Order: sequence, then structure tokens, then C-alpha cells
Amino acid sequence: MTFEMLREAWRAMGANRLRTFLTMLGMMIGVGAVVLMLAIGQGAQYQIQQTIATMGSNLFIVFAGWTRTSGARGEAGSAPTLTIGDTRAISALQSVAGVAPLQRSSLQVVYGPSNMNTSVYGTTPAYFEVRSWELRAGTAFVEADLRSAARVAVIGSVVADTLFGAQEPVGKTIRIRNSPFLVIGVLAPKGQSLDGRDQDDSIYVPFTTAQTQLFGNRFPDRVRYMLVQAASEDTMDEAQRAMTALLRQRHRLPADADNDFSIRNLSAIAEARQQTTRVMSLLLGAIASVSLLVGGIGIMNIMLVSVTERTREIGIRMAIGARRRDILMQFLLEAVIVSLIGCAVGAALGVGIAFAVNALAGIAVIVTGASIALAFLVAAAIGVFFGWYPARKAALLRPIDALRYQ
Amino acid sequence: MNAPLIEVESLYKQYETAAGPYPVLHGVSLTSDACGFLAVIVPWGAGNSPFRSILGCLDAPTAGRYRLDGEDTGRLDADRLAALRNRVIGFVFQGFNLLPRMNLRDNVALPLLYAGVDAASRRRRADELLERVGLTRVAHHLPNAISGGQQQRVAIARALVNRPRLVLADEPTGNLDTHTSREIMSLLAELNRESGLTIVLVTHEADVARFARRQVHFLDGRIDADHAAASVREATA
Repeated sequence: MTFEMLREAWRAMGANRLRTFLTMLGMMIGVGAVVLMLAIGQGAQYQIQQTIATMGSNLFIVFAGWTRTSGARGEAGSAPTLTIGDTRAISALQSVAGVAPLQRSSLQVVYGPSNMNTSVYGTTPAYFEVRSWELRAGTAFVEADLRSAARVAVIGSVVADTLFGAQEPVGKTIRIRNSPFLVIGVLAPKGQSLDGRDQDDSIYVPFTTAQTQLFGNRFPDRVRYMLVQAASEDTMDEAQRAMTALLRQRHRLPADADNDFSIRNLSAIAEARQQTTRVMSLLLGAIASVSLLVGGIGIMNIMLVSVTERTREIGIRMAIGARRRDILMQFLLEAVIVSLIGCAVGAALGVGIAFAVNALAGIAVIVTGASIALAFLVAAAIGVFFGWYPARKAALLRPIDALRYQ
Repeated sequence: MNAPLIEVESLYKQYETAAGPYPVLHGVSLTSDACGFLAVIVPWGAGNSPFRSILGCLDAPTAGRYRLDGEDTGRLDADRLAALRNRVIGFVFQGFNLLPRMNLRDNVALPLLYAGVDAASRRRRADELLERVGLTRVAHHLPNAISGGQQQRVAIARALVNRPRLVLADEPTGNLDTHTSREIMSLLAELNRESGLTIVLVTHEADVARFARRQVHFLDGRIDADHAAASVREATA
């Protein structure tokens, strides 16, 4: 019976190929759009998650205050309000797991004939823990290097590849702004940061070395900004309160004065970004679903036409013994088959376009089995849902009316 | 089976129209007999379709009782009626009513599909019937590939395929030329003689009705005359 019904559905679909194809086209476009949008949305989410994962968890960034020059406010960190002493005091807080001061400058770096401009950071060993950044080779610098202002450098993987190519960088000496530095470690690749910078295109040297020998700072103790890692996600608020109180006290700010520093919750920013991406992919999915709905309505429309056209056939079938259920199943099956074939082709198209988008535009896409399974489930549901009314209309025809229909 | 195949008791039918009820049958009673070839003769233009539709369990009477093969059709729901039609009645229509997209063998086998017969048996039985009506050669063709007379023979094969007790032929020769009509009527008469199958022929042509052994004349929604066919009377006289 089932085979017979499938054959019958096939025959009915074959009787008007163009119409069947156009009906399927609606489903193809709908399913294709859903699969494509899910792939792009999930790709974007994955990318954000990767970025956040490489950023480090439960992070704050604390900026020094800003200067005012003839009424114009300077950038955050331009005023010498944070010191290495603040860094130490904060790291002693209970709610804080680690603190790393940062001072950055863009400098020329040379090794043999290779020559590049990159970001050089002065920081402390705590930085690599706060960022949970592994080394690909060698070691990071330690407190002793900090105290002795040693000329050692830990380089990012992009710097390593650019300067050394296939050579092993550890143990070689590079020149940063003409000062020789011994490369003691190479960092594992981390990729893009939240703001899109390549984090691997950078060099880290001991904070003291950087201040005194590279940046030539008038205040070697000053810190432009620091990364602070809270002890856990739950202590984020507590850490922020404690840091604010501590810094205000250390800076001897009167109760009515504004903070001469600013604390930003990086994890919150990351979360917001993630939320944005999630909303975006939901929105894309919703818009795509509308086309799926339109495809479903197309099926319903054609099935209604088909039922009307085949009223006489329905009458004949009823006269020779078809029960209502037989007629219902016949039309329902046809709707579901149209829907499923449309879905299969649409899913293939969606996946194909997703990979084409990935190859041509470099947009990250992720096609999961779940999203394709979802598309099929939705297509079957649409076939049943939109096929039901026309099929039921057919099944409820009175045999005498159906037979008389011209 | 002692009860008559068809028992119709004071059947009334009226249609609800915009101008009020419009009666078409006024108390028709009819019982089939052993001879089993009955022509219902209706004058031109006098709607024979209500009576034929009720007899075929395709429509329900407004009042009255219709027992078919011992079953009171008024008490059956749509699906039980479908099963009854499938089991007891074979339809032969004026317009043949073969399904256009199906080959002839599948057309013949279709009632067996709804009876739940397996595929191999369906095919075997359909081939038997196609052979009986002499159309084995064209089993794989679509209906539009053969002539009207051949189509009607296929329709008769379809009507017989599930071994019904009654063949309801509604103007079976209405779309055919005289020569072909005679062939079709002879085939029906033959089936009646061979297997004792009850045949009810609805027609307005006396020429066609003479193949039957009993003639029931309708006039204005009532039975006007009910007698043995002329040929039968002559034979018994």
C-alpha cells in the first residue's frame, strides 16, 4: 500500500512537472536560506567565542586617568595616575587572581636582514597567566628579569615567522630600537583580539626594561593600563568595588572627586558582543524562516489547486472503495514528498552557498548536522501542516459531488 | 444468502434549492430478484441520477430505507459505505472514468488496492480480468491510447475485479456508437448469464434496455411500470 501510494504521489507530481518544480523551488529557497543563515550565524558565534576564549576569563582593564591640555581631554591612560605600586596593591586583594601592568609602543625590530615594525609591550610575568597564554617554545621571563631589567623578549608567533622564517628563534638576539634583546620564548598563536588586532604580531619584554631602555619614560613607575583577573566569575563585582576603593584611597581622592582612573569589565564587553552575535543569528534565522513559511504556503496553494483539479479522480476513487483516510494520505504524502525533495535540494544548495561564501568572502561558516536535521524536520512538518488542509478538504468531499464535478 | 441483494423501501429524495425543497424521488420501492439483470429506464431529462447515486451508496436518501447485501446503508458512516461499495458494487459509468495517469492494468487493479489485497494477487487478478475482456495486449497503455469501447471494457474489468455481487451500469453505452454499444451490452448480459451476477442498468434507451430481463420504468420520480423484458415475455409466452 505504501509503495503504491508513493508511486501514485510520484505520478501526480510528474503530471505537471513545471508546477511541481516551482512548488519545490519555494521550499528550496526557504530551506536553503535557513541552512545558509544558520551556517553564517553559527560561524560568527564560533568566531566570537574563539576570540573570547583567547582573551582570558574574568578580566578587567584598568586605565590611568587622562590629561587636559588647553581644554582638550587626552586619551585614557595619558595622565601618570597609575603606578607599579598600584599594581602590587591590587594584586594583594583577595578577590583578584592576578595583575599585569602594560605599557605599549610601536617599535622597529631587526634580525639580520629581516626588519619589521610591531607592538612592543612592557609587562610582568603575571601577564601570561592572566591571558592564559601558552608558549610554543622557550620560557617566559620571570621576576628576576624584571628586577634586573634584563634584555630578554618573548615574541609572538607572527613576529617569529616574519623575522626568523624557518629558523628557531629561541636563543637568537634581535634588536629592538637598536637595543639587543635575547629571545627566550615564542608564544603560541592566539589569533584576533576582540577589536580585530592580530595578537600574535607583538613582543613582550620585562616592564622595567621597557620603561627604562625602550620607551624612555620620564616616570619609570607609571603604568598606562593594567589587566586584572578576578579570582572567579562570582567575585567580579567584589573585585571591581575593592579596586575602586583601594585606588581612591591610594590616590588620596576626596569623597567628592571623580576617579582618576577607569575600570572596564572586559568579560562583560565580550558577553555583550556574544549577545549581539546571538541576536544577529537569531534574526537571520527568523528572516530565513519567513521564506520557509512562504514556501509552505506555496505548497498549500498548489495542493488546493491540485485537489480541485482532481476532484473527479477523488470521486472515482471513492466510488470504487477509497476511504477518507486513503484520500487524505494520498494528498498528504504528495505534499510531504514535495516538501522533502525541496528541502533536500535546498539544504544542499544552502551548504554549497555557505562554503562558497566562506571561500569567496572569507566569512566563517559552520554547517552542523543538527541544522540540516532541523531543516528536514521543519520541512516535513511544513509538508504535513500545509498539506493537511487541502488533503482533508479532498477527503471530506462527498463522493456524489466529487463524481459530478466537471 | 436468502435476503435479496437490493431492498429499497419507500425512498424519498429532495434537494434543498434556493427556491425551497425540490423533490426528485417520491417513494420508490424496489427489490431485486433472482433473474439479476434489471434495467431502470428513465425518460430523457427525468433525473435518473438521484436513484442511481443512492443505489450506488454514493448519496443518501432524504427518507426511506435501502438495504444492500443485508446491510442497512442508512446506518453506515462514510468509510463503512466505502468498504461496502468496494466489496459489493462494481461501477460502470457513462464516461468510463478510468484514471488518466495510470496504465490500464493498474486501473483495473485499483479496487483491490483499497480492499487491501497484496501486489502480486492484484496483478494476477487484473490480468485475468483484462484477458476476460480481451485487452491483455494493451495492459501497459494509458487509457487515452485506446478507443472508447475498449475503455468501457477496461472499466467493466475494473468493476468485476473485486468479485462484486452487483454491477451498477449507468448509461454504459451513452458515449459509444451503436455497434460498440451492442458489444458492451452483450458482454454484460453474458456476465449475468455466466456467473449470476446482478446487473442494474440505468438508461433512457429502450434499445439498450432490451438486453435486460426485467424493466423498471421511472416517471416523475415514481416507478411507472415494472415488468419482464419483451424478449423474456416472448420466450415464456
